[in-house]
Amino acid sequence: MNDDVAPRRPELVCPAGTPASLRTAVDAGADTVYCGLQNATNARNFPGLNFSPEELRKSVDYAHARGRKVLLAVNTFPPAGQFQLWKDAVGIAASAGVDAIIVADMGVAAYASREYPQLRLHLSVQAGASSPEAIRFHCEEFGIRRVVLPRILTVAEIADVHRQIPCEIEAFVFGNIGMMAEGRCSLTNYVTGISTNMDGVCSPAADVRYEEDADGTLTTRLGSFVIDQYRCGENGGYPTICKGRYGCSVQSEPYYAFEEPRSLNLSALLPDLMRAGVTALKIEGRQRSRAYVKSVVAAFRLAVDGIMAGEEPALTDLIALTEGHKETQGAFQSKSWR
Amino acid sequence: MFASPAASDRPWPLPLLRFLPLPLLQPILTLIGTQVAKTQPDVFLRLGPHALKSFIIDPTDLPFVLVLKPKPEAPSLSAWRRDNAPYSHARIAGTFLDLFDLIDGSLDGDALFFSRKLRVTGDTEAIVALRNALDDVDGGVVESITKAFGPLAPVATITVSHLRRLGGRGKNHE
Amino acid sequence: MSGARTELTLGPNLFNWAPERWRDFYFRIADEAPVAVVYLGETICSKRAPLFSDYYEAVSERLGAAGKTVVHSTLGETASRIDRRLVSDVCERTADLIEANDASAALFLRGRPHYIGPLMNVYNEETLRFLASKGAQNICLPIELPFAAACVLCAVAASEKVMIEVQVFGRQSLALSARCYHARAHGRTRDTCRFVCENDPDGLVLTTLERTPFLVANGVQTLSYEYLNLVQEIPALKAAGVVRYRLSPHSCDMVQVATTFRSVLDGTLATGEALARLEELPIDAPFSNGFHHGRPGHGWTVPNTNVRS
Repeated sequence: MNDDVAPRRPELVCPAGTPASLRTAVDAGADTVYCGLQNATNARNFPGLNFSPEELRKSVDYAHARGRKVLLAVNTFPPAGQFQLWKDAVGIAASAGVDAIIVADMGVAAYASREYPQLRLHLSVQAGASSPEAIRFHCEEFGIRRVVLPRILTVAEIADVHRQIPCEIEAFVFGNIGMMAEGRCSLTNYVTGISTNMDGVCSPAADVRYEEDADGTLTTRLGSFVIDQYRCGENGGYPTICKGRYGCSVQSEPYYAFEEPRSLNLSALLPDLMRAGVTALKIEGRQRSRAYVKSVVAAFRLAVDGIMAGEEPALTDLIALTEGHKETQGAFQSKSWR
Repeated sequence: MFASPAASDRPWPLPLLRFLPLPLLQPILTLIGTQVAKTQPDVFLRLGPHALKSFIIDPTDLPFVLVLKPKPEAPSLSAWRRDNAPYSHARIAGTFLDLFDLIDGSLDGDALFFSRKLRVTGDTEAIVALRNALDDVDGGVVESITKAFGPLAPVATITVSHLRRLGGRGKNHE
Repeated sequence: MSGARTELTLGPNLFNWAPERWRDFYFRIADEAPVAVVYLGETICSKRAPLFSDYYEAVSERLGAAGKTVVHSTLGETASRIDRRLVSDVCERTADLIEANDASAALFLRGRPHYIGPLMNVYNEETLRFLASKGAQNICLPIELPFAAACVLCAVAASEKVMIEVQVFGRQSLALSARCYHARAHGRTRDTCRFVCENDPDGLVLTTLERTPFLVANGVQTLSYEYLNLVQEIPALKAAGVVRYRLSPHSCDMVQVATTFRSVLDGTLATGEALARLEELPIDAPFSNGFHHGRPGHGWTVPNTNVRS
């Protein structure tokens, strides 16, 4: 059996914003579920979302009883003077028996590898390690076992990275596609005073306003800045700065200066990703509902199992769950995306 | 007398609810509030500071709105004529069935919002918190509520599935 | 508090200036600007690096001869083969000081004295100690780090023999991407860009649908429209132990900017007077200082009236 040609059976890594979502993901066929605590230690620090230490422990038991894994994201950047919260999160993860923690900050990685040498470490996409050298640095310094790749590489480049690093690769296959290098974006903080890196929130809901006028035109605003406008009947999006519409001197009309509101869907590229040496396929969306988790996880479970059985990928229509009801293969298909 | 003048123009009829006088609706709503408080106390924990806020749930195809105050010790759910509704921190509007499925966790709120079927005004953070809290109820809030009808629970369950069928929706959208 | 002498630094030029303009800018800096350290090198787009490479040595020598310390800055976002070659070339061939702007440079530089750039995410004392153990001597803090956290880092840095540097002037780097937004604005891709970024010496302004100037595109980088100006905060930064103060190059008169900041650091010019001088510069955007005060990065806070602890 030639490993370079035959697809390996990948691990399906699925999001959970609440314990009910985690059980939904497990029941829908997730191999692994990732989640976060109810504070700034994770990059989806949204109101009403995430796990208490007790909920995390019970959820790990639920998953382990069914042979599945749980990962805890501790993937934000502690500001100096507040590091204790992140130390506590690592301790909670270890005592809950999670299968790995997902880290981004070098200080958190150094602390976890020093104090909890048995705890498996994954490198978060928030670490922005997009080259083999950057990944190797983290592997050699902190014993990182798996890297979550930024969504900026083509499948061919992923295969190339795979050959040059000593750890596993996890790649996003579905969900929100941020345009900016993760872990290095201060756009939200510039507008709202809430930092994506330190507070774990992109476009905090508290600063989001939707205004619909008499014609049915919907204006979305973040802080004092208008991010986009949708005519009556036009599909909308969440006011994320990198998906907003702006004007500039070389465009006659306002345009999506960074990216249109749409979501990543790589279901058609699954066989290629599996051949490129990707160990784990990641679905984005801890902030989304159980209904989303159930549909997306079930669809990808079916697709992956089909591919392993030698069938053409079964592509369930997931477009209704995507932002702006539009999909993209982003950077993965070709360099012209850049 | 409670029917809105424009009611006959509305595309999706919910005849029973539309002509239901609000005083008759209120005991049922109170029961729902009490039941959720009793069986799903975690919902209020998840709401955190937002539990002290008030929400208008606005089914646009019905002549009334619901006002939800999810205070843990005394949650309340009440029906108001649209023009008389008291001040609230946030409003979420959509068709009765979309709101019903959203609250029950069987439809994705973001997907509804992206398709403009849901309108959100006021304190967006409170609405996100409410949505996330309700989403953590296993089996959905509606199942939890129908149990409140005691001996009438099977009737309530049948009514719910009837409502869903009217809207062309099964529980899991098969 | 700190007895160390404060120094002005000139950060790497973020924009795509014509090679001769680039050379002449640095020649003038060498001759006239009271800066102690000058960062050279392309940090935004590897495609631009060859454009000014013919003048790199001459500029570097002129700055050195003028008594400036020259530090070579590496690329902020490293993914493609060209990016990676640029980083490894700089790190392996240069014996001089290098400032790492991503973890791939850190791989090459560990074990030898080097600097850490503001794109490297040094948010806390654990990260600072770790990087110091790898040879970091100077750390420029992330643009969004509030003053309260900077104070904690300054205290730790002193015991680790690391100098803390803070950007005090110029548009603030808010994001990096793999996609080129200059090329996109012109209907091109990064591979077919034909260097359209050369048209905008201070970046391409993006306005909201209400025509409010908001952000600035510079190739793969997104910057603030407003110019960071921490001249009023200099006394507080000095007291906290910040050693180095970074000016980010723009098309305005950087010699005048440097001279003004130097006078404030020396205590020979009041901050109010300095601010008035800087406001006279032909900069068509307002100043901002929000991040320092733990507020939104845009907007202006008058120091000492609204400082958060």
